Amino acid sequence: MRYLPLTPADRANMLSVIGAKSIDDLFIDVPGVAQIRDPFDLPRHAGEMEVERELAALAAMNRPAGSGPFFCGAGAYKHHIPATVDHVIQRSEFLTSYTPYQPEIAQGTLQVLFEFQTQVAALTGLDVANASMYDGSTACAEAVMMAQRVTRRNKAVLSGGLHPHYAAVTQTIASAESMEITRLAAAIDAEAAVIASIDTDTACVVVQTPNAFGTVTDVSKIAEAAHAAGALLIVVTTEAVSFGLLKSPGEMGADIAVAEGQSIGVGLSYGGPYIGLFACKEKYVRQMPGRLCGETLDAEGRRGFVLTLSTREQHIRRDKATSNICTNSGLCALAFTIHLSLLGERGLKSLAALNHSRARELRDALAAVPGVEILTPRFFNEFAVRLPANAIETVEALVGRGIIAGVPYSRLAPEAGMDDVLLVAATETTTEADIAALVAALKGRTGQ
Amino acid sequence: MSMNSVGRPTRPDQQSPGVGGSLTGARGLLQDEALIFELGGWDKTGVDLEAPKFDASDLGGLVRSAPIGLPGLSEPEAMRHYVRLSQKNHAIDLALYPLGSCTMKHNPRLNEKMARLAGFGDLHPLTPVSASQGALALMDRLAHWLKTLTAMPAVAMSPKAGAHGELCGLLCIKAAHEAKGQGHRRTVLVPTSAHGTNPATAAFVGYSVTEIAQTQDGRVDLADLEAKLSEDVAAIMVTNPNTCGLFERDIVEIARLTHEVGAYFYCDGANFNAIVGRVRPGDLGVDAMHINLHKTFSTPHGGGGPGAGPVVLSAALAPFAPAPWVVSGPNGFDLIESPEGEAVQGFGRMVAFQGQMGMFVRAYAYMLSHGADGLRQVAEDAVLNANYIKARLSKVMTPAFPEGPCMHEALFDDHWLEGTGITTLDFAKAMIDEGFHPMTMYFPLVVHGAMLIEPTETESKLELDRFCDALIALANAAKGGDVERFTGAPYLAPLRRLDETQAARKPKLTWKPVSQTPLAAE
Repeated sequence: MRYLPLTPADRANMLSVIGAKSIDDLFIDVPGVAQIRDPFDLPRHAGEMEVERELAALAAMNRPAGSGPFFCGAGAYKHHIPATVDHVIQRSEFLTSYTPYQPEIAQGTLQVLFEFQTQVAALTGLDVANASMYDGSTACAEAVMMAQRVTRRNKAVLSGGLHPHYAAVTQTIASAESMEITRLAAAIDAEAAVIASIDTDTACVVVQTPNAFGTVTDVSKIAEAAHAAGALLIVVTTEAVSFGLLKSPGEMGADIAVAEGQSIGVGLSYGGPYIGLFACKEKYVRQMPGRLCGETLDAEGRRGFVLTLSTREQHIRRDKATSNICTNSGLCALAFTIHLSLLGERGLKSLAALNHSRARELRDALAAVPGVEILTPRFFNEFAVRLPANAIETVEALVGRGIIAGVPYSRLAPEAGMDDVLLVAATETTTEADIAALVAALKGRTGQ
Repeated sequence: MSMNSVGRPTRPDQQSPGVGGSLTGARGLLQDEALIFELGGWDKTGVDLEAPKFDASDLGGLVRSAPIGLPGLSEPEAMRHYVRLSQKNHAIDLALYPLGSCTMKHNPRLNEKMARLAGFGDLHPLTPVSASQGALALMDRLAHWLKTLTAMPAVAMSPKAGAHGELCGLLCIKAAHEAKGQGHRRTVLVPTSAHGTNPATAAFVGYSVTEIAQTQDGRVDLADLEAKLSEDVAAIMVTNPNTCGLFERDIVEIARLTHEVGAYFYCDGANFNAIVGRVRPGDLGVDAMHINLHKTFSTPHGGGGPGAGPVVLSAALAPFAPAPWVVSGPNGFDLIESPEGEAVQGFGRMVAFQGQMGMFVRAYAYMLSHGADGLRQVAEDAVLNANYIKARLSKVMTPAFPEGPCMHEALFDDHWLEGTGITTLDFAKAMIDEGFHPMTMYFPLVVHGAMLIEPTETESKLELDRFCDALIALANAAKGGDVERFTGAPYLAPLRRLDETQAARKPKLTWKPVSQTPLAAE
C-alpha cells in the first residue's frame, strides 16, 4: 500500500510505546454493534497501472470539448489555458497547503489572494472582492442573502434572463431563509422587466449580462430604478472573458457583482470545481460572505497579508455568521489569477475581441442556414437560435456526427416551453472548420 | 546562539547576519516579491492571440471604454512571480502538517493525472448524456463506494464542500419535516465542541441553535441532551469522532433518543478518516452525513479549496435529495436534472451543474488505489499515529482527556504552560521556527488553550519522531524560561508575526496606486 509509510514493525513498536496490545484497543470506544468484522463487498487495493486502466476506460467513454466541433456554453466555456497555469497550480506549495490560517508561512497563498481580489474588483468595476466562492451559482445565492442583510428586506426579483440553474440555486437557498423570490418568465431580451416588480419590500433585483440567452444589456436604468426604491442591484455574469469587452457591472451601477470565473484559467471538468467571483461596494464589505485577505505589517514593519474581517465568519461568529462558508475555491482562484496575469489588460481585451468576432462569424454562418433563426439581438460570444426541430433531438443526432452543437435551452428549463431553442457559443478555440461542420450538419438535418 | 538539533540557529542574535534583515529585503534565496501591480507591465501580455476578423462596433455603447487596471506579465516573469510566492508557503509535501480537524494527508499525484485526462478535465457539464457516459458511470461508482462504506442507501453528490454538504443535509431534513407536517420544528441541537460551520449552517437554514453540554470526558452529555430534546427539535448535529478526537461512546443511544422525538440525526463527517473501513455510520443510526472528499479521500486542499462534500442519506431523507442525480437504465446512465412526478419531493438544487467532478475523479482513484482493505488500514494507521503522538507528548504537555485512547487526533490543553508567560499561540508560532506548521489552536472551544494535533496516516514513524522531538524540545525550553523564543516567534519564517488587529481595523483589501487616495466609505 504505497500511500502508507508504517511497516508492521513500526506498528508493533508504536503500540508498545502507547501501551496497547493491539490496534483494536484503540477502537475500544466504538460500540460492538458498530464494529465491522467482515470485509466490505468492494475491491481490494490496486496498483497505479490498474487504477489508470479503469479510469482511462471511463474517460474514453466521454466526448471532450477539444476533440471536435463544439459549441456549448450556458455557464461553462471552452477556452485555451496557457501551459504555465496548470504547471504552477501543481506546485506542492500551492496544491498541498491548507487555508492560510498561519500567515507567516502562507504568504504565497495570501499574496495571490490579495492580487486576485484586486483583479476581480477591477474586472467588475467595484471596490472590493472576496477570495472566491464555490462557483457562480452559489455566489449568486449568497449575494441575494447579503442583500437581505444589507437592506433588512425580504424580497428578491430574478430576471427571466438569469441562468435557470442560478435561479434554482437561489430559490433553494434563499427560500430556506424565508425570502420571497419572484422569478420572471424566461425572456431573451427583457432584463429591464424586473423594474416593474420592484416595490418597497424589495431587497434586490438580480439581472444577468450577457444573460442566459447571450443577450448583452446596459443595466444602468435598472440600477437607477432599484436604488430609487432602496433596493440593491446584483449583476450576474457567467462568461468572465466578457469583462474584457463590455462595460463593467460597477460602471453600470451594480451594488454587488457575481460571476463564474471558470472561463479564465479553469478547465471544464464536467461542472466543477469552478470559481465564484464576488465583488461589492466598499460600504457593504462587512456584510460580505466568504474569506477576505487584507494587507498588514509584520513585527519588523514589512508588508504582509492575512485573512481578515473574520468576525463575519462561522468559526468566530458561529450561528451569527454572515454565511456558513469555510472553504473557498483557492486553487481555482490561483489558476484564474495566473491566467489573468499572463493575459494582462491587453491580452484580456484581445481575447474578448476575438471571442466576439468568432461568435459573429458563427452567427453569420447560422443565419444562412434555412429554417434557423437568430434570436439574440446583441451578444458577446453566445447566442440563442430557433431551430426548425426539437433542440434536444437535434443535438443528440449531431453527436452521432461528432459535433456537440450547443445546449438546448429546454435542458436547463424544460418548463419554459422553448423546445426549439438552442444556445450556441464560440470562443477563441472555435475554428472556421468547426463552424462549417456545424452548418453542414444542420443543413443536412433540415433537408436543405 | 540558540541551535536546534541539527545545529542551525533557531533565532537571530548578535552573531546572526540576519539581524535587521538583508540590504534588499530578501532572506537568503527567498526573494522579497512585489505585487503584480508593482511589476509595471501595464502594456505587457504573456499570450499571443490572432487578430479578430470583426470588431465590436455592433455593440455600440455597451463596449467598455474606461481602462480596467490589469497588469500583464510575460511568461518568464509570470513563472518567477508565482514560483517565488510558492516558496513562502508551507505544504504537506514539505513536512507533517498537524492541523487537527483538517486532515492534511498526502495527495497522490496519480489522482491529479487522472483528473486531467481529457475525457474528464475537458468535458463540458452540459455535454449530451450519450457523450458523457463515462463521467456518469464514475459518479455512479463513486456513489456506490460512499454508500457501501457508510451503510447508507443514498448519496447527494453535488455539494461543493463540507459546509455546503451540511447545508444540503439540513435542507433535506427541513423538507422531510415539512412533508410530514412537522414544519413547525424550530431547533437544532449542537454540542459545544462542534465546528463553527454546524451552528452557522443551522442558522442559515432558519433554525435556532441550542447547545448541548459536554461531559468531563469530552462526550455529549446524555442527560443534557435528553432534557433538551423535544417535539420542537428538528435535528441534532454531532461530529463523530468528535472535535476532541474522541469517539462518541453513546452514539447509538444519541440516535435512538433523537429519533424518539421525531428529530433527525445529522453527523458531521469531517472526521470520517478515523473510522473509514472499520465503522459504518449507517449502523449508528445516522440520517445524513457529509463526507469531505478533501479530507478522508485525499483530494488536495489547494490553499483553501476547492473541496467536495457529498452527503449520504438514510431512507427517510433520500426522497428529498437535491437535483441532479444519476440513474441507470437500459440505454446506460441518465442524469436527472429536472425531476418530475414523485421525484419532485427533492428540495431543489445546490449548484449549477453536477458538483465537483474533478474531485470525484481524484477521490475515486484514491479509493481504487487503497481498496476496502487499504481504507481500513488508513483508519487504523491514522488512529495509531495520533495515539503515538499523544503518548510521547503527554510526558511534557497536558492531554485534555488523558484517560483512554484518542481517535485520529490528540488534544492538549495549556495547563502545562501555566506560569511560563507563554500562550498556546506563542508555542504554535515557535513550532514554525522548528520547521513545522502549528497544530489547530484554540479549537475546540471547550478546552482551554486547545492544541489539536492530527498527524494522519501518511506520516512515517521517522517523521512522527522528528515532530515529537521538536515539540518536546520546545516544551522543555518553555518550562526552562526561554520566553522570548516563543513570544517573538516566528523568527525564521518568511515574515515575523503579522498584525491581524490592524488588518481588521483598517481593511486594505485591494492594491491601490500610491498616488490615489483610498476610496472613502460612502
